[in-house]
Amino acid sequence: MKLELKGITKRYGSLVANDHIDLTVEQGQIHALLGENGAGKTTLVNVLYGLAQPDEGEILIDGQPQHLGSPSHAIKAGIGMVHQHFMLVPVFTVAENVTLGMERTRVLGLIDRRRTRRDVRELSERYGLQVNPDTLVEDLPVGVQQRVEIVKALLREANVLILDEPTSVLTPGESQELFRIMRELRSGGRSIVFISHKLKEVQEIADTITVIRRGRVVGQRPPTTSDAELASLMVGRSVQLRVTKPPASPGDVRLDVQGLTVAGEEDKSALDEVSFQVRAGEILGVAGVQGNGQTELCEALLGLVPAAAGSVRLEGQDLTHATPRQRLHSGVGYIPEDRQEDGLVAGFSVGENLILDVYNEPPYSSGIALDRGTINKTAAERVADFDIRTTSTATPVGTLSGGNQQKVILAREIGRDVRLLVASQPTRGLDVGSIEFVHRRIVEERDQGVAVLIISSELDEIYALSDRIAVMYEGKITGFRDPDVPPEELGMLMAGASDADAAAFGAAADHGQIAGGEAADETGLMEAGLYGVGLPGVAGNRREPADEGPAAGDGTHADGSDGSGSGSQSGGTQSGGSGSGPADDSGADPE
Amino acid sequence: MSEPPAPPPASPGLPAAGPAGTGTPAAENAPGPGGRGQFGRAVLDAILEGNSVVVTILAIAVALVLGGLLIAFTDPAVLRAWGSFFANPGHAIALAWDAAASAYVAMFEGAIFNPHTVAGVFHQASLATALHNGYVAAVFNPISETAVNATPLIFTGLAVGLAFRAGLFNIGAAGQWIGGAIVATWLGFGVSLPPVIHVVVCLLGGFAGGAVIGWIVGELKARTGAHEVVVTIMLNYVMYYFLAYILGTSAMQQPHSTNLISPVIAVDARLWHIAGPSLRVNAGFLLALAVAAGVWWLLERSTIGFEFRTVGANPSAARTAGMSVERSWVLVMLLAGGLAGLAACTVIQGTDYQLNFQSYGTYGFDGITVALLGRARPLGIVLSALLFGALHAGGVQMQAATQIPVDIVIVIQSLIVLLVAAPPLIRAMFRLRRARAGGLSETVAKGWNA
Repeated sequence: MKLELKGITKRYGSLVANDHIDLTVEQGQIHALLGENGAGKTTLVNVLYGLAQPDEGEILIDGQPQHLGSPSHAIKAGIGMVHQHFMLVPVFTVAENVTLGMERTRVLGLIDRRRTRRDVRELSERYGLQVNPDTLVEDLPVGVQQRVEIVKALLREANVLILDEPTSVLTPGESQELFRIMRELRSGGRSIVFISHKLKEVQEIADTITVIRRGRVVGQRPPTTSDAELASLMVGRSVQLRVTKPPASPGDVRLDVQGLTVAGEEDKSALDEVSFQVRAGEILGVAGVQGNGQTELCEALLGLVPAAAGSVRLEGQDLTHATPRQRLHSGVGYIPEDRQEDGLVAGFSVGENLILDVYNEPPYSSGIALDRGTINKTAAERVADFDIRTTSTATPVGTLSGGNQQKVILAREIGRDVRLLVASQPTRGLDVGSIEFVHRRIVEERDQGVAVLIISSELDEIYALSDRIAVMYEGKITGFRDPDVPPEELGMLMAGASDADAAAFGAAADHGQIAGGEAADETGLMEAGLYGVGLPGVAGNRREPADEGPAAGDGTHADGSDGSGSGSQSGGTQSGGSGSGPADDSGADPE
Repeated sequence: MSEPPAPPPASPGLPAAGPAGTGTPAAENAPGPGGRGQFGRAVLDAILEGNSVVVTILAIAVALVLGGLLIAFTDPAVLRAWGSFFANPGHAIALAWDAAASAYVAMFEGAIFNPHTVAGVFHQASLATALHNGYVAAVFNPISETAVNATPLIFTGLAVGLAFRAGLFNIGAAGQWIGGAIVATWLGFGVSLPPVIHVVVCLLGGFAGGAVIGWIVGELKARTGAHEVVVTIMLNYVMYYFLAYILGTSAMQQPHSTNLISPVIAVDARLWHIAGPSLRVNAGFLLALAVAAGVWWLLERSTIGFEFRTVGANPSAARTAGMSVERSWVLVMLLAGGLAGLAACTVIQGTDYQLNFQSYGTYGFDGITVALLGRARPLGIVLSALLFGALHAGGVQMQAATQIPVDIVIVIQSLIVLLVAAPPLIRAMFRLRRARAGGLSETVAKGWNA
C-alpha cells in the first residue's frame, strides 16, 4: 500500500502547524519523520489518522483520494497508530485490550476469547512480538505494552503503521527490540511512519528521512546522512552535537556517600551499600539501565526516601537524616527525573515554578508574606538568562514545551547558589537544541566549582558530560570508569558483569584493535546509546584503559570503607556479590 | 419535642460500609507521591480549572429557566390549562408564564428589592416617621436577609474551598460547624465578659471548636493515610449525635426545658446589628467579607498558601521542593475547620442566639455547592454565597406570596451546581469553544521553542 500526502496544510488560528506538506510512503518502507518538538510532526500524524482535518491538501492511498474524517475511517483505510501514550486498559488482559472496540463474538453476543487469543498468538509469532495474550497489561513492562499496541493495529489490518515517538518511553535494549520488530514488519510488506527527534535512531532504522521544521518539509535525506547535516536541517542552524568542555579541575570532596542503602520491595534493597564521592568542579555520571536503583539514589540524596543504612555528607556536613528542605537549603540542586510529576506544577505560572523550592527564603518572602515584586523581577531575569520561550512569566508552565519546562527547572535549581547539582535524566524527551543548552549550562556549573552528579540511561549523555562514570546494576555500583572507557565495557557493567570481568573484556577488545577505531572518536560515542545493554560479541570501537590495575582499597566502593583521594581515578574494586549474569533485558519477556 | 434527630439514612449501613469504605481509599491515599487517585484529581481539575465565568453565568441562567418550567408545570391551574392546550393555547402559555414570573418576582422582592416598600415610605407623614416606624428599614430588608443568609455560606464555602485548593475534599463542614457552635454557644451563655471582649472570645472559641474537628481529619490523613472524605463524613455523624447528646445534658440544655436546646447567649456575646435594630444583618457579614479577603491573601500572597496550592496541584512536586505535604494537610484542615466554626458563630451570635439539635441545617453541605460554584476561589465563593443567600431569602418570600414551596430554591440551587459540574453540557448548549489552558497557546509556545 502506498500512502501519499499532497500539500497538506493545517492551521490553528494564525498558526500554520503544517504548511503544504508532501510526503510519500512506499510499501514496505520505514519512513522517518524527523523534527524538533513542535515542528508539526504530531499535527501531520493527527491529520493522517483522522484526528484532525486538513485545511488544504489531500491524502491518497494507492492513488485513491481518501477522506479521513475520524480514526475509524483511517483504520478502515488501513492506517494504524501507536500513540506515544498508550491507549490500554491496565486491568484488562492483552487479548481483551486488542479486541476492545472490535470484539469478536459468538452466538448470543458472547465474546470469542479463544479466537482472539489465537489471533494474538499468531501475530505475535509471525512478527516475533513475544506477547502473551493472557497477561494483564498492568503487569507488562512498557516495551511490551507498546507491542500490544502494535498487535492492536495489526489486528485491525493496518498496512501503514504510525509510530509516534515510540522510543521515548523505552530503554536502549527495548528500542533495539522495537527496531527488530519494525524490520520484520517491513519485510512483511507493511509500511511504517516513524516519528522521532532522535537522530541516531532515525539513521539506524529509516529507509528515508523527511525532516520537518516549523510545519514545513525542509528536506528529504537518505539514512546515511551525517548527524550534523540532519541536526542543522532540523534546527535550522548548525548545532553542536558534542559538548565542548575543558578538562575538569576537581577540588575537594563535596559529596561523600558511604554505604547508602535504601529498602526496596520484598526485603530486596533498592539501593545496596552504594559508596561514591563527587568533588567540587567534577561531573560524575551514573550510567545504568533504568530501574537499577538510580531513582532511589536520587531520592535518597534528596531525602525523599529514608536511608536504611549508610551516610550522606555534603562538605563534611552529615545530611543522612536531613529533610529535603534542609538538604535544599544546604545547597543541593535537584533536577528530577520526571519533570512533570516532580519538578513542576503545571498549572502554576513560570514565575511561581521558578520559586517552587525557595519561596520561603529571602528575598522572595519575609515572614509568611511573599514578595511578588522580587519574585516577578527575578523570574523575568531568569527567563531572559535561560532563554525560556514563554509569552510572559505569568504563563502556566504546563503550556510550555518540554525543553522550556526543563529550562525552568534548570533556572530554578542552578539560579541559586548550589554546592551540589543532582540531575536525573536532564535531557529526556528534549530536542537537539534544548539538549545542547542544558548540557552547556551543566558544564558551566561544573566549571564554577559545583559538584555535579548526572544520572542518565542515555550513554551519549554520560559520555558527553562525565568526568568520571559510575555504573549501577541492581542497586549497586558495579564499577567506576574514566570517560574514555569503550561502550561495550560499560554495557557489560550495566548488564551486571563484575568489575573485573568487564575490565578484562575491555582490555581484550583493546588488544583486538578493531578497524575503524579511529573514526570512533567522531561518531562512535554518539552511537553508543544504541547499544544500551552492550553484550560481549559487539566489536569494540576503541579503548584507552586508564590505569586499571586492581587498585583495591581505593575506597569508592561497596565495602563501605572510607576512602580518600579516590577522586577522578577509576575504581577497580570488586563489587561484592553483584550478579554477573547476562543483561536482564526487561523488555523482552512478557511474563 | 425532645426527640433526638431522626437517624440519618446512611447510619444503619454504617458498620458494614465502614471497613469497605475506609479500606480502599486509605490504601490509595497513603501518604506518598501521588497522594490522590486519578479520579479525584480529575474532579479537582474540573472544578478548579474547568469553568470559565461565562459557563458559570450561563449555568445559572439555564438553571433559572429550568426552575421556571418546574414552577409552572407543578402549578395545578397551569396543568389544567395545558390539559386543554388545543382549546386555548394562548391561555395555557400565559398561565405558565404568569406562574413562573410571579414566583421569580416574589423571589426578587424577597431577596433584593421590593418596590412596594418604597411606596410605604412615601405614604408616611415625614421621613422621620418613616424611619421611626421601620418603613425605611423595610426597603432594605430583602438585601439584609440576603446578606444574613449568605454569611454562614461564605464561611462554609471558604472551609470547603480552602481545603479544595490544598487538594482535600472537606465534606465535613457540617461537623466542624457543630464543633464551633458548641464552643461558641457555651462561651456565649456560660461565661460573663465585657461587651466587645465577649464577642471576640466567642468567635475565637467557635474557630477553635471547628478547628479541632478539622485538625482530627488532617492528622488522621497525614499519619495514617485515612481518606479525608470518609473521615469527614463519618465525623459529621459523630458530631450530629454528640450535639444531640450534649444538648440533653445539664452542661448545655436550657434550664427547665425538655427540648434539646441551649440557653440563650448573653446580649454582650451577640454580633452587632450594622443597619439598625430591625434589620437582621450583622457584623458577621462584614467579618465574612474580611475573612474571605484574608483567605485570598493567604492563598495568593503568602508562603503558607503557596504551599497549600502546590500540595493541591502536585503533591510530588511539593515534596520534591522540600515542602511537608502532611503538615500542609493538617494545617489546611485545621483552618478549614476553624472557618466552618466561624460560620456557626455568625448563626448563633448573629441571628439565632441559641443552639438546638438541628441548628446545623444545611450550612455544611451548601458550603460544598458554594465552593464548587465559586471555583474554590474566595471572590467566587463570596459571590456564589450571595447568590445562594439571595435564593434562600427570596424563596421564603416566594412561598409566602405564591404558595410555591420554598424547596424549589433547593432544586434551582442543585441544578446550577449540576450544570456547573458538567461544563461540556453548557458548552454544547451554547456552542462555546473549549477554553483550555493548553489549547492554542500551547501550540504556539511549542511552535516557537528551540
